[in-house]
Amino acid sequence: MNKQPLVEVRNLKEYFYVNTGLLKSTPLKAVDDVSFAVHKGETLGLVGESGCGKTTVGRTLLHLYKPTGGEIWFNGKQIKTRQDVREFRQKTAMVFQDPYSSLNPRMTVSDIIGEPLDVHKLYSNKQERQEKILELMNRVGLNSEHANRYAHEFSGGQRQRIGIARSLSVDPEFVVCDEPVSALDVSIQAQVINMFDELQDEMGLTYLFIAHDLLVVRHISDRIAVMYLGKLVELADANEIYDHPLHPYSKSLISAVPLPDPKRARENKRIVLAGDIPSPLNAPSGCPFRTRCPYATDACAETMPELKELSTGHFVACHNVEKIN
Amino acid sequence: MALLEVNDLHTSFFTPAGEVKAVNGVSFFLERGKVLGIVGESGSGKSVTAYSIMQILEKTGKIVSGSVKLDGQELVGAGEKVMKNIRGNKISIIFQDPMTSLNPTYTIGHQLMEAILLHTDRNKKQAYDRAVEMLKLVNVNEPEKRMKQYPFEFSGGMRQRVMIAMALACEPDILIADEPTTALDVTIQAQILELMQKLQKEMGMAIIMITHDLGVVAQMCDEVIVMYAGSACEQGTADEIFYNPRHEYTKGLMRSIPTLDNEGEKLHPITGTPIDLLNMPKGCPFAPRCDAAMKICLRQRCDRMTINDDHVASCWVNVRNSMENNNQEGGKAK
Ligand SMILES: Nc1ncnc2c1ncn2[C@@H]1O[C@H](COP(=O)(O)OP(=O)(O)OP(=O)(O)O)[C@@H](O)[C@H]1O
Ligand SMILES: Nc1ncnc2c1ncn2[C@@H]1O[C@H](COP(=O)(O)OP(=O)(O)OP(=O)(O)O)[C@@H](O)[C@H]1O
Ligand code: SF4
Ligand SMILES: [Mg+2]
Ligand SMILES: [Mg+2]
Repeated sequence: MNKQPLVEVRNLKEYFYVNTGLLKSTPLKAVDDVSFAVHKGETLGLVGESGCGKTTVGRTLLHLYKPTGGEIWFNGKQIKTRQDVREFRQKTAMVFQDPYSSLNPRMTVSDIIGEPLDVHKLYSNKQERQEKILELMNRVGLNSEHANRYAHEFSGGQRQRIGIARSLSVDPEFVVCDEPVSALDVSIQAQVINMFDELQDEMGLTYLFIAHDLLVVRHISDRIAVMYLGKLVELADANEIYDHPLHPYSKSLISAVPLPDPKRARENKRIVLAGDIPSPLNAPSGCPFRTRCPYATDACAETMPELKELSTGHFVACHNVEKIN
Repeated sequence: MALLEVNDLHTSFFTPAGEVKAVNGVSFFLERGKVLGIVGESGSGKSVTAYSIMQILEKTGKIVSGSVKLDGQELVGAGEKVMKNIRGNKISIIFQDPMTSLNPTYTIGHQLMEAILLHTDRNKKQAYDRAVEMLKLVNVNEPEKRMKQYPFEFSGGMRQRVMIAMALACEPDILIADEPTTALDVTIQAQILELMQKLQKEMGMAIIMITHDLGVVAQMCDEVIVMYAGSACEQGTADEIFYNPRHEYTKGLMRSIPTLDNEGEKLHPITGTPIDLLNMPKGCPFAPRCDAAMKICLRQRCDRMTINDDHVASCWVNVRNSMENNNQEGGKAK
């Protein structure tokens, strides 16, 4: 695989200011000092518990939110000026989680898919616009005779295809897929997962794929990044992280995946964590995981461990990683 | 005698558009201390099966025929007085959506105590103690303080654990858990599943686990019912269903999920759309989407056929295969 980074974030930060008193506001560090690269043509999976900042990483990376800090690079060039952002947006897209609410029910399929074409003026005449729309519908396996139907007339899987066709209309190089199959039934999930695969082959797309189903993420990803409370705690090849997770959080996360295989499920030694995820408004000092970590030491409360490369391409942020493994 | 015996249950909703046959002949035995899983796609009738057992159907819904026996006592037609006594006491349910099933305007403690006072003969003080004890049991920290808090002050995982505490407070014989962990994170899901397993062992309770997550089924269940369009298309022990599926829908379901073994391969989706329950076809309800469908599948439903002691399925492919085997053996004998 080509190891050239297409998108890179360095020390990305996104803080939301939340009112916590009459005149007080506290920063909610949704994404705190996160760095990683997505290589051309690869799928990077992003996993972690609800509220850990996955969606915020995706949105900030696409400049849908203005970053609080850090740098975003695309194709070897830092995105700085407004002009950069405008050009960057045309080469990137986002697919959303909920196929039910992310589409306007009063718009026809053709208008939904055509809207980004209009915004970015990507056609010279009506005829060309229509041709592009029909081609996109074909590409995602929608019957082009249905172009004038309304979104609410379609099933969940079909609506997700409409959303994907819309994202692809700007002919992006990079797509952030935010839980694109979570709301779908398993058999329909399979259709959409296969389609992501095929589109990647045909169009050379690069994905950041956010999901909480670890088996789905492993199936589709080349590498996987694990987040906890706004921080990146581990990053490695999909198989490597699945077979040899090094961070205590990733270990418990992967051991907790219910395996669709009774014998394996019976033998599986789950590491069940105690307690709940701390509130991001009140994040622990030092390592964010230390309040639930079975290996925490004094050092863990003092400083945030850095993300270090332990073996080729396997990055972990844990003070005690050598002792544990 | 099994603890719960459901026999040929049929439940319909009578809507302006016609009769929606939501449950279409479901039968099973549930023994004390066992976990039964019900899986199937959205709309296949899992929740309606549970609501029929509890008789908490919406007004338009009605058990059309069939029998539900608890400890030998017939519940269908037994009347609301009997059912009131059964619900919460003998059979408890955890609903699909914990947000809608906790009342946002009352404290957690109030709601727990109310459930206990309603279903047991404890007094107020005893009910309070029991509520605190249950919160401890489901790992809610500082339970005395938590009793005074409102649902919005709890995280999703904590609310779900409160629902479990509430369902278990009266020590039911059967717990029906309708997608108890679907909305939760993997690590929180693991906590809840482990808790349910522990309580099931300690209290000898039976569980009906409704889910579309085959991983959860594999981990939790002794027996599994696979539902399609309101019917049980296949049922048997978890090992039989996972390692020896005998209905084309179940086979399709197993092929469509990512596992540890098919990584890097294409998944095999089930194509087509679910059938319209208002217009049930004559034959096998899965036939319109089935790659293996034969002529007879479109004309006539296949009866339940015994695969072995631990396994029944309603699929014509099994009938064909056993006929072919017989023919071959017959041929050899000659
Ligand atoms: N616009 C916003 N304003 C204030 N806080 C926000 C905003 N968006 C997200 N947050 C907070 O930032 C944190 C990270 O949220 P985010 O949506 O990125 O999480 P996530 O990992 O995508 O979770 P999920 O799996 O539930 O989608 C959460 O604590 C969330 O409440
Ligand atoms: N009140 C109602 N009126 C009419 N039809 C109903 C009603 N409630 C349920 N149904 C129908 O009965 C069928 C079975 O619904 P049920 O809720 O049992 O599905 P389920 O298997 O639990 O699905 P899910 O996985 O989405 O929860 C569905 O087709 C549904 O549309
Ligand atoms: S740094 Fe400390 S608290 Fe964090 S994961 Fe490692 S051992 Fe646990
Ligand atoms: Mg999100
Ligand atoms: Mg349901």
